[in-house]
Amino acid sequence: MSLKDYTATQHRGLQLEEPLIFEIGMAGRSGVDLPAPALAADRLGGLRREAPVGLPGLSEPQVVRHFTRLSQKNYAIDAGIYPLGSCTMKHNPRLNEALARLPGCAQIHPLQPLSTVQGALNLMDVLARWLKTLCGMPAITLVPAAGAHGELCGTMVIRAALLARGDVRKVVLVPDSAHGTNPATAAMCGYEVESIPSNARGRVDLAALKQRLGDDVAAFMLTNPSTCGLFEDEILEQAKAVHDAGAFFYCDGANFNAIAGRVRPGDLGIDCMHLNLHKTFSTPHGGGGPGSGPVVLSAELAPYAPIPWLVHGADGFALVERAEGEAALSIGRLKAFHGQFGMFVRALAFMMSHGADGLRQASEDAVLSANYVRARLQDLMSLPYEGPCMHEVLFDDGFLKGTGITTLDFAKAMIDAGIHPMTMYFPLVVHGAFLIEPTESESRQSLDAFIEVMRDLVKKAKSGETESFHAAPVNAPRRRFDETEAARHPVLRWRPDNEAISAGKQQAG
Amino acid sequence: MRYLGLTDSDRSSMLAAIGADSIDALYRDVPDVAVLKTPLDLPAHTGEMEVEQQISKLVSTNRPAGAAACFLGAGSYRHHIPASVDYLIQRGEFLTSYTPYQPEISQGTLQYLFEFQTQVAMITGMEVASASHYDGATACGEAVLMARRLTKRQGVVLSGGLHPHYAATVATNVQHLVSELITLPPADPGLDEDIVGQINGRTACVVVQNPDVFGRLHDVAPIAEAAHKAGALLVVVVTEPVSLGLVRSPGDMGADIVAAEGQAIGNSLNFGGPCLGLFATREKFVRQMPGRIAGEARDADGRRGWVLTLSAREQHIRREKATSNICTNSGLCALAFTIHLSLLGEDGYRRLAELNHVKAIELADGLAAIPGVEVLNDSFFNEFTVRLPVAADGIVERLAASDIFAGVPASRLFPGRADCANLLIVAATERNSAEEIRRYCQALRGAI
Repeated sequence: MSLKDYTATQHRGLQLEEPLIFEIGMAGRSGVDLPAPALAADRLGGLRREAPVGLPGLSEPQVVRHFTRLSQKNYAIDAGIYPLGSCTMKHNPRLNEALARLPGCAQIHPLQPLSTVQGALNLMDVLARWLKTLCGMPAITLVPAAGAHGELCGTMVIRAALLARGDVRKVVLVPDSAHGTNPATAAMCGYEVESIPSNARGRVDLAALKQRLGDDVAAFMLTNPSTCGLFEDEILEQAKAVHDAGAFFYCDGANFNAIAGRVRPGDLGIDCMHLNLHKTFSTPHGGGGPGSGPVVLSAELAPYAPIPWLVHGADGFALVERAEGEAALSIGRLKAFHGQFGMFVRALAFMMSHGADGLRQASEDAVLSANYVRARLQDLMSLPYEGPCMHEVLFDDGFLKGTGITTLDFAKAMIDAGIHPMTMYFPLVVHGAFLIEPTESESRQSLDAFIEVMRDLVKKAKSGETESFHAAPVNAPRRRFDETEAARHPVLRWRPDNEAISAGKQQAG
Repeated sequence: MRYLGLTDSDRSSMLAAIGADSIDALYRDVPDVAVLKTPLDLPAHTGEMEVEQQISKLVSTNRPAGAAACFLGAGSYRHHIPASVDYLIQRGEFLTSYTPYQPEISQGTLQYLFEFQTQVAMITGMEVASASHYDGATACGEAVLMARRLTKRQGVVLSGGLHPHYAATVATNVQHLVSELITLPPADPGLDEDIVGQINGRTACVVVQNPDVFGRLHDVAPIAEAAHKAGALLVVVVTEPVSLGLVRSPGDMGADIVAAEGQAIGNSLNFGGPCLGLFATREKFVRQMPGRIAGEARDADGRRGWVLTLSAREQHIRREKATSNICTNSGLCALAFTIHLSLLGEDGYRRLAELNHVKAIELADGLAAIPGVEVLNDSFFNEFTVRLPVAADGIVERLAASDIFAGVPASRLFPGRADCANLLIVAATERNSAEEIRRYCQALRGAI
């Protein structure tokens, strides 16, 4: 198709094209009614805004329609399976949303007198107890705002603990299958990053790890289960080697959903691990956040946890908000206020709903479902590693060899066939990765439907039907984009016509 | 268990299809010593009604801001949020979607991020903005690191008017990458600090908040000029984005980077989290800007749409050489911001800002009339600082008992500083009625 094949409006059925708010707005219109204030003399110290902001004016129904139409161009876990490996797209219960909106949760100010927020502090304490128990770790900080922020927290805590014993170390080791956030985080803490190769079984090469460990290594950052969807079966040996070298063992807990309720990270020799509440504990991803990344800590690392600290005082709960006194060793503050409280409410509601038994069942179902997908697709697709897998299954693109079809083509064809693609091209250790994580939310029917679509597509690909793969997607709200051109000449905001023209000229000049 | 899709018979037939005799076989790679042998000491699963009851009970001892006359600010503000904002962000297609890595089926998220970036650039007077950060404080930390990369210098000067949570966050976040960090002491809101005098040839950036933590407004243009003359950058922090409807924008006064908290538009208090970090800068710096960015693109049929772009800055591509480690940000909070600001529009935004300023003037005049109470600000937007004849924290506790949240004692933010003990930071918004303001003034008069 090309533009001329569309109707003048470009609408298709009731899938409506929608301009930008800036292209709909009109001066003099607003979606709110506010009284006209009598502002006689301002007290702005001569800093009153003179130029208009340039915001468009829309009525309330226009705004509601605009964002409703935009929403209809999105896929979502509410609509169906979302098998993004390492992202854990599970069902987001609406009970959790309702509870987070209780006035006692949503309408409390972070700097209210502590006597008026004892319930909130109590809720944080209960959440902390659940997470510590699940992890088998003695301490926790709820402060970090997301997983990568938790990594930053954990790495800083490790650095502080090392410096406290006068031990300046320079290097953080990460497996070659690590999330990109791991090396980026280590670099933000001033560490050099070195990669440890995987072995033929998709696990960290223990001999290579042992060989590289030494008194310049601050920490080993491991994701377990790994991004290959495998449990690190030599993790106890890894932990011993790391500790023998005087380093700390950091675990990226992104894949905790495979083991929650069945295996405690504290029993694996881990010193420090972040949890993604927006993965394992179902707080909604919201199109990219907000997340929440609590970090569980060993007793040795606990004194370095960021402030604020939640403590039990004489008159109930209290917050230590300065890095002094009992918190004198704390790394300090990582963000404003006390953490992602709204996410704490949701995660706690999720855990209470499941209970210890349900969390274990959920982990087992997640692992069972991934292995079921693995078993049902292994005759047609190519597996780089032997099983069983954990909560996600990794295929490589070997099965597409000679078809002229790439992982990307296949993923886009999945869209046309009605399923959201899996994580692709990650981890980097296998060629053209397909990383599939069904989660425990899927029914048997849903898994079977997914498997059938995948089998059909693989057969089509192998039968030489390449054209539909190269063209895909054709049924989605948009077809493939020219991302190279978008990056080469970035247009990152809307501008009024006259400004856009002059900006264009500037660029050309 | 209501959230699980498999039945016991599914489980057995799936195990059979896999060729495993039990679920334990799938966990065979877990070392035996690490397999949990006893049940965890946690409650068992329970129904929706019971969870609702238990959590409601847990938080029932909280006193919500709405149940009191609330004059709290200091980085978190209580405004009216139109009902359609919370309705729209709870549409499943927004709430339960992932980061838009597959642009063909994520145009909803990508388009609102593009609209968000444009709105943020407009209100801050900057050219480009990112698609959000965790909060204003972490955005501020990222701004400092960006200035360090751009100038290749190590010196950072933080104004004493910067929210102390922000100053502390910067200090923590940059400790391993910046060698020279100066934080000026909090100045009396009646006095100017000599931040220009701190700028030298090693300075990467100066960080100034406007309005500052005490509510005072600053013309930062001279600071921008001095910074630029020395080859340094000016970072301006804004914690109350409603102010930009009435106050000159940071961009207009020469800021190079704006790091702001966006919570006040579209988002509830939430006990301080989640929040919404806003980040804006000049176009020429965009390749050093941290965080995700949505950009315009054309699809194979030539149709306009949006993609995540300039990802060569980001951790999933650049790993240890990335501009930041940020991945998940504040997408849904950014959506709430964008919807609220779309509803307000030019006129509503200005009017909302004016209303806030008028309420604050009314409150300031009422408090200034109380013997012994001194309003310290010569300028303010919707927040200012008063000096009481007694310690502010005790007064705040007393007034809280009669359902008035009188403000944030400066001692909560600057503990241990004797000169802050009697200072109270007070905010008024459109939600504060004339009756609430009268009641507050009366109660404070009685309490001191």
